[in-house]
Amino acid sequence: MATLSIEGVTKRFGATQVLHGIDLAVADGEMIVIVGASGCGKSTLLRIVAGLEAATSGRVLIGGRDVTALEPAARDVAMVFQNYALYPHMSVFDNMAYGLRIRGLPREEIARRVREVAEMLEIGQLLSRKPRQLSGGQRQRVAMGRAIVRNPKLFLFDEPLSNLDAKLRVTMRAEIKRLQRQLGVTSLFVTHDQVEAMTLGDRLVVMHEGRAVQVATPMEVWSRPADVYVAGFIGSPSMNFLPAQAAGGGRAVHLPAHGLTLPLPEDVRLPLPDGQAVTLGIRPEHLRPGEGGLALRVELIEPLGGEAVVHGRLADGAGLVVRLRSDALPGDGLLRVVLPPEALHLFDAATGRRLAA
Amino acid sequence: MMLERRSPWPHLWLGLGVLVFAFPIYITLVGSTHDVATIGRGDVPLLPGPHLAENYAAAWRGGVGRFAQTPAALMLANSLLMALLIAAGKIAISLVSAFAVVFFRFPLRMVAFWLIFVTLMLPVEVRIIPTFQVMVRLELINTMAGLVVPLIASATATLLFRQFFLTIPPEYVEAAKIDGAGPLRFFKDVVLPLSVTNIAALFVILFIYGWNQYLWPLLIVNDRSLETIVVGLTKMIGTGDAQNEWNVIMATAVLALLPPVAVVVLMQRWFVKGLTETEK
Repeated sequence: MATLSIEGVTKRFGATQVLHGIDLAVADGEMIVIVGASGCGKSTLLRIVAGLEAATSGRVLIGGRDVTALEPAARDVAMVFQNYALYPHMSVFDNMAYGLRIRGLPREEIARRVREVAEMLEIGQLLSRKPRQLSGGQRQRVAMGRAIVRNPKLFLFDEPLSNLDAKLRVTMRAEIKRLQRQLGVTSLFVTHDQVEAMTLGDRLVVMHEGRAVQVATPMEVWSRPADVYVAGFIGSPSMNFLPAQAAGGGRAVHLPAHGLTLPLPEDVRLPLPDGQAVTLGIRPEHLRPGEGGLALRVELIEPLGGEAVVHGRLADGAGLVVRLRSDALPGDGLLRVVLPPEALHLFDAATGRRLAA
Repeated sequence: MMLERRSPWPHLWLGLGVLVFAFPIYITLVGSTHDVATIGRGDVPLLPGPHLAENYAAAWRGGVGRFAQTPAALMLANSLLMALLIAAGKIAISLVSAFAVVFFRFPLRMVAFWLIFVTLMLPVEVRIIPTFQVMVRLELINTMAGLVVPLIASATATLLFRQFFLTIPPEYVEAAKIDGAGPLRFFKDVVLPLSVTNIAALFVILFIYGWNQYLWPLLIVNDRSLETIVVGLTKMIGTGDAQNEWNVIMATAVLALLPPVAVVVLMQRWFVKGLTETEK
C-alpha cells in the first residue's frame, strides 16, 4: 500500500519515441486505469513502473522511494499478465507460493497465506492442480492470487481480462474491482477496452501516441473529454463530430452544411471570433427525435433490445449515429433529430482541444 | 469406416522390412550359442545351439589362453561410463550455453552463438589431428577425460535447447523477475523443469552417439583397461592366420547391443514426448 508517482517518464526504442514525458500521481489505494488504442504506449508505461523496462528519462517513485534504478523484485510490486504467465509445471499452490518462497518466508506462513488468499478467490479446492487443468477464469483467479498473496505495495494489471470470454470478463471485472476495494492496494490497470476502463477506474489515464491526453475520473472523461481523440475513444457508439463555425459572438455555433444555428447554454462562451471553424461533438445517446434539428436518412438499425443504434446520413453525406429507445424508432426511413445545447461538445477544429472549458 | 476396408499390404511390407532389419541380429544371437567349430566350418546356423552359457561367460571374462582379450565386462563398464559422461556433459553444457544465448543480452551475443555453432558443426573426424595434439599436450592420452572431453560439447543440443527456450513465453521470465527469482533460480525452477522431456529425448540420442564412438576412442586409448566395447569388438576380429572365435565375438556383439537397447526401451515414452509434445 503506497502512493505512486511517475515523473516525466519518456521512453525511446531506437529512433521511435514511445512515451513523451508522462506525469502521474496516484494516491494510496487508488485504482488507475490506463486506457488507449494498441501502440499508444500504455503497456510500456506499466512495464516501466514494474521495472521490466527502463525509462529513457524520468523517475518512478513508489511510496515516496525512488525505484527507477531498482530491479522489479526490489520494487515490491505484483503483476497480472495478459496470458497469466502461470508456471505450467507448478501446481496452483506452488505458483502462488513461489514469490514467497524466494523471499524466504517460513513454510507455515506461506501455507497460511496461500490458503487464505485461495479461499478469498474461491480456488481453495484447486490448489493441487496444474494450470493446464484449469479453465480460463480459474487461471485468471490464480494469477490474481499470485499477486495478492505477496501483499505488494502496487498491483499492476496488463490487460488481464482480454483472454476471457465476454460473460466471464464482466464477472471478473466486478471481482477485480471488489478485491481491489477490499484490499486497498494501489493499482494500475492497463486496457484497451473503454468499458473496462470506465467501470474499473477511480481515475482514467487516456493515452494517445505516447502522451497522457487526459487524466480524470471516468465521468469527467466522458462528460468533458479533453480533446477530439478522447471524445471519440470513450463512449460507445462513438461521439458524432460535425464541422461547425463559431457564431453569435461566441454564444452559438453555426452548421453551414445544414443552415442550422444552435445557441449554446448560458454559461458557455466560445473564445473565438465568429466564423472560426470548430468541431462540434455530440454523443449518439444525446440526440433526440424532434423537429428543428437535422434530418437523417436511415441506413441501418442495430437493435439492442430496449434501445437501438441508428446509422444514417445527413444531407451533406456525413454519417451520424443516433441511439434511441426502441419505441422511438423512425418508420419512414427519415429521422429528424434535435441537438440539445447542453449536450454539445466543442473542440478547436485545428488542434482538436476542447473549447469553452 | 476406413478401418474395415484397409488393405493388408502395408502391414505385410512393414513386416518384411522388420524381418530384413532383424535378421542379422537374429543371426548374431544364434551364432553366439554355437561353438567355435560350427561357425568356423562356414555354416550359418539358423537355430540356436547348446553353447550359450559358455560363450557369454567367455566373452564376459575375456576368454582364456590364446584367445585372451579384454573382458567384455570391463569394456562395457568403460563404454557405459564414457557414453553417460558424454551425454550428461553435452546436455549440461548446451543447456547452460543456450540459456545464456536466449535469456541474456550481452554484446556479440549472436556472434557467440554462431561461433559455437560453426566450430562444433565440424565433426571429430575433421578436427581429429589438432584435437589429438591438444590431448597429448594436456597429457590426457589414455585417460577417461581424454576420451570424453573432446566430445563433450554439442552444437546440435545447443541449437535444440535454444529453439526450445525461444518458445518459453517471455512473460515467465518477467513473472519470475517480479517474484524475485534471479537468473540461476529461474534456470533451476522454471527452465529446467520445462526442459525435462527435451532433456530425456536428447539423452537417448546422445547416449547412443557416445556409445557408438569408434574413431576417437581408437586413437586416444591404447591401454586395454580403458578400451570401449565398440573398439574392443573390432579388435577381436583378427587379421592374421589365427581363427576368429566368432561365437565369442557374436556374444560380445550382443552384449554391446544391450545397453543402448535398454536406454531406448526405458526412455521410449519420454523420447516420443520430447520430440512431439510441448507442455504449455
